[in-house]
Amino acid sequence: MKLAIQVNSGPYQSEGSESAYQFVRAALRKGHQVYRVFFYYDGIDNAFRYALPPDDEKSMVSRWSQLARKHDIDLVVCVSAAQRRGLLCREEAERFGKVDSDLADGFRISGLGQLVEAALEADRFLVFGG
Amino acid sequence: MMEPIRKKFLFVMQQAPHGSCYTQEALDQLLTTAAFEQEVSVLLLDDGVFLVKKGQQPDRIDSKDIAPVFLAFELYDVQRVMAEQESLQERGLDPSDLLLPVETVPRARVGAVIACHDRVVNG
Repeated sequence: MKLAIQVNSGPYQSEGSESAYQFVRAALRKGHQVYRVFFYYDGIDNAFRYALPPDDEKSMVSRWSQLARKHDIDLVVCVSAAQRRGLLCREEAERFGKVDSDLADGFRISGLGQLVEAALEADRFLVFGG
Repeated sequence: MMEPIRKKFLFVMQQAPHGSCYTQEALDQLLTTAAFEQEVSVLLLDDGVFLVKKGQQPDRIDSKDIAPVFLAFELYDVQRVMAEQESLQERGLDPSDLLLPVETVPRARVGAVIACHDRVVNG
């Protein structure tokens, strides 16, 4: 089955992103396809490259990056939600005349249209966190 | 040419306005979905019923006025706006307190409303 996932909460806000991550892993293990994971609202906090939790704590950011690398999953961060919260990739920062590069490996920034497209393309659409 | 995909989306809105940027971002997602020519319905549940309460003064707390967005729903072809009857009653609201006409749905029917949509976006 083809799945589309929306993540609405950050790593330190609620269990939402952890549940989404565990769900995606379980789905992949069962042979399902994850068409796209879209990060919205405070869910964009999952994509901050420089989130550096202490060594004895899990890092949601690197977990998502690793998952994207290993399974070639499309991790998309909403551009307007990211700009509101100061998450800019290098190209975007340049466009605004700023020096910044916050986006962690394996993520890309795009618009809400990508979320609608994923919800239409997938067999199932699931929303986590809030 | 391939027929465009058209699905029935239900946005279940459960949060009161102005406490966070929830409303703005939820409405952005809803309007983008409508712009993709999908069939969009809204169910106001719990504190979500406050979203369409008349007489909000968001300028007093430097918050954005969301009433125009709800009033523009028709332009975006968002035709079905529902509110859970018990959520309204528990908060002392009556359909006449609201910005726009809503279809009231009793709690016992909410499950059936959700079940008849293809995509449910909760928040």
